Amino acid sequence: MTQRRSVILDLCVQAEFHTLLLLSLYLLFAGHNQPGGGFAGGLVASCAFGLRYVAGGSSALSRSISIPATTFLGVGMLFAILTGCVSLLTGHEFLESAIFSAEFMFIGKVKTSSVLFFDIGVYLVVLGMSLLLLQQLGGADGTDPDEVQP
Amino acid sequence: MFVLILAFGCVAAVLPVLASRIGRGVFYVAAAVPAAAFIWGVGAYGQISDSAPLIEQAAWVPQLGLTLGLRFDGFAFLMLSLVAGIGVLVFLYAGSYFHAEPIIGRFAATLLLFSGSMVGLVLADNLLALFLFWELTSITSYLLISIEDEKTAARSGAMQALLITGMGGLAMLGGFVLLGEAAGTYSMAELLERPPSGSVVNVALLLVLIGAFTKSAQVPFHSWLPRAMNAPTPVSSYLHSATMVTAGVYLVARFTPAFADYSVWRPLVISFGLASMLIGAYRSLRQHDLKLLLAYGTISQLGLMMLLFGVGTKESIFAGCTLLLAHGIFKAALFMLVGIIDHQSKTRDLRKLDRLGAQWPVVTATAGVVAASMAGIPPLFGFLAKEEALGALGETGFAWGVPVLIGVVIGSSLTVAYSARFVWGAFGPRPVSMIPHQGFVRNEAVGQQVPKPSKMFLAPVFVLAVLTLLFGLFPSLIDPVIARAYASLVGVRAEHHLALWHGFTQALALSAVAIGAGFALFSWRLRVEKLQDSMPQVPSAQRGYDRTVKGLLEGADAVTGFVQHGSLPIYLGVILLTMIVLPGIPLLSDGVMPDLWFADSPMQVVVGLIMIVCACAAAVARRRFAAVLLVGAVGYGMAALFVIQGAPDLAITQLLIETLGVGVFVLAFRHLPADFVRSKFRRSQGVQIAIALLAGVFVFLFTLFAIGARTEPSISGEYLDKAYSEAGGNNVVNVIVVDFRGFDTMGEIVVLAVAALGVAALVRAKRSPAEVEP
Repeated sequence: MTQRRSVILDLCVQAEFHTLLLLSLYLLFAGHNQPGGGFAGGLVASCAFGLRYVAGGSSALSRSISIPATTFLGVGMLFAILTGCVSLLTGHEFLESAIFSAEFMFIGKVKTSSVLFFDIGVYLVVLGMSLLLLQQLGGADGTDPDEVQP
Repeated sequence: MFVLILAFGCVAAVLPVLASRIGRGVFYVAAAVPAAAFIWGVGAYGQISDSAPLIEQAAWVPQLGLTLGLRFDGFAFLMLSLVAGIGVLVFLYAGSYFHAEPIIGRFAATLLLFSGSMVGLVLADNLLALFLFWELTSITSYLLISIEDEKTAARSGAMQALLITGMGGLAMLGGFVLLGEAAGTYSMAELLERPPSGSVVNVALLLVLIGAFTKSAQVPFHSWLPRAMNAPTPVSSYLHSATMVTAGVYLVARFTPAFADYSVWRPLVISFGLASMLIGAYRSLRQHDLKLLLAYGTISQLGLMMLLFGVGTKESIFAGCTLLLAHGIFKAALFMLVGIIDHQSKTRDLRKLDRLGAQWPVVTATAGVVAASMAGIPPLFGFLAKEEALGALGETGFAWGVPVLIGVVIGSSLTVAYSARFVWGAFGPRPVSMIPHQGFVRNEAVGQQVPKPSKMFLAPVFVLAVLTLLFGLFPSLIDPVIARAYASLVGVRAEHHLALWHGFTQALALSAVAIGAGFALFSWRLRVEKLQDSMPQVPSAQRGYDRTVKGLLEGADAVTGFVQHGSLPIYLGVILLTMIVLPGIPLLSDGVMPDLWFADSPMQVVVGLIMIVCACAAAVARRRFAAVLLVGAVGYGMAALFVIQGAPDLAITQLLIETLGVGVFVLAFRHLPADFVRSKFRRSQGVQIAIALLAGVFVFLFTLFAIGARTEPSISGEYLDKAYSEAGGNNVVNVIVVDFRGFDTMGEIVVLAVAALGVAALVRAKRSPAEVEP
């Protein structure tokens, strides 16, 4: 059941896609002090890719990202575990947080915590999971029954 | 001592590499390790006295208070000299037994690992360390039996040995833990010095005995030993006659001075030992395969050793130590002889071997000496051991002493008969045998000329034959070793000494009776064979094992079929009912209803009403798509409630999850019909609705009661206080997720990743294999 692509939806998604990704990164980095965090950020990014899929089917999805979903899962886990291990190696408890702050030109004082890396891990795992589900359930290898033609 | 045990493992690690360079030479390299152990043992033997053993301690798991203690005393020396001494000979022998087969590297390494485990076993003082080495011997035995892994018989025999001895080992571990907890120590020496009391000790001893019986192939656990004969002969000679199978006897010997008077000990050990002795010897008379003949003979001899140690009088423990050593020497030599015959003539079936004796006079004479030692014929070491045994059993002073003595005399005469049968079968003429429906026939013979074995091949056998002769003629050579082993078990010096001639004693008379009866049985062998054939078939242990394994597999199948029938509604029903019933009962009996109030703001009422309507609509919707959208609407309502309560983080997450969730649902629906399928069975639909309603009511009540059940102050305050000061974050929710409860989050993302991979694998599995990219 091949059907025509909706131009309006397509354009809207193209306009939204990068904004959504940017929003997801904002949520990720702001999460420690403002509403957000790695989990919410990862979900927003997932929604962005979900929209891509809704608009253009699995071929559009695979065009928009070339890294395999499992890589996201693996790298995410690695981030989370390494964060824990680094604090172990520096003589703290596993996953114990450390706070860094530095002055940057034009930006001013930036303060962050080592848990940010852990949060990046969470972000990547959530994104990887949704990408994997979209690809597998959506039939990324050409078996997609809803495939739309441009 | 630790270094010694580690040396076995280290050398074993390089043997496979070495084997590809020097071929059979690896066996001579490997022989150096047990040789070193033997030399160390002799040196250390000089340093110990009856009361002062050599002790080494190392912290093992200090957090649990576990120390790995090794203890070298007289009895350990007796066992070590068996393990290391025969080990050296077996490695030398294997050098001639094998050619340049590709397995020799693996074989030599595993055999050396076994040797090291066995050394560890006899030196271990900590019960858990002993268990560890015990299981290591089981595992290496498994690997060695199945070394020729292309043979089905070897694989299944190995599996049988592992299952039976492994099961026994687990029972023994249970026994050790019970004993260790009752005594407050896991050190064997301390345990035996102050044995605990109470009914739990009897249970513990029973478990330990199961371990000892399975390891030492006692009836009815013996079936693995004959099947282990599929292993190459060096293995049979080393593991399954001289060393590993005596591990059970070793344990009983260690325990018997302290535990002989406990109610389970003597009756069990004596009855199992005697039964094994008689059944093993009886079955041995029926075997045509020389190796099986010896295997059943081993079961019989192990039974006698068990019995002697089980009786637990001073004389019988002394006799047991003597027999342990004597048996190791003659049985290892006999197995090596069978290996030589098998190697040279390509058969070990005594119905096919024809007049080897005329061709190999020296070998025949050696075999005669060793087999005579097994039969207990003077002046050999085996005779001394049997004499001690008969003497000890004649003086027990127990009421059952006489029946046991009679049983042992019968067993001894059977032993004489199968020893004679062994020599005659291997080296004598082809026998006339009875085949049902065909009468007496002569069997086909193997080639008339059998090549002579090399001198190197025979040398280990010679050494053992000379030993059994020397120790028999000059018992004073070995008496101090046995006396010290005895002293380290019993705690006092032996007043008794080994001697070839004790005078005209009851034991001598019984020995003569046994030898006479044995030869009589042998000379009437055809009649005996006929009689054995006409006996009703008793249930064999092999069949028992087969049935047990089959029953276990079928039982597992049946349970799986019952529990995992593949119906999703039933899985879901079981899960929901469990959720309702288990927490539901305490909830109804102890739950406290909190104070209820209507609402905090009018907005809550509006949102709540919308959610209720959507939820009801979702429940009655016909189309799946509509149902999912309605469920999503309930979720958005929840997010709205979070916003009203002032929880933006939760609201964001809830909103995103619902959005993504609806998307994923829609994807999954492409594999399902658009409408819900109406069940054809009205009744099952009624049950489903009832369960669903119950689950809904339960979750509602549970949430209510959970609010009312707070007994401790909330930790939210602490989190709020510490979020910025300790974790440097203003967003408490995020700080909790990534910092305070970071470990939980770690677990959750692992679950997410695994679940995603699982879904991906399931989706792929549904496609046909050709579609999945390679």
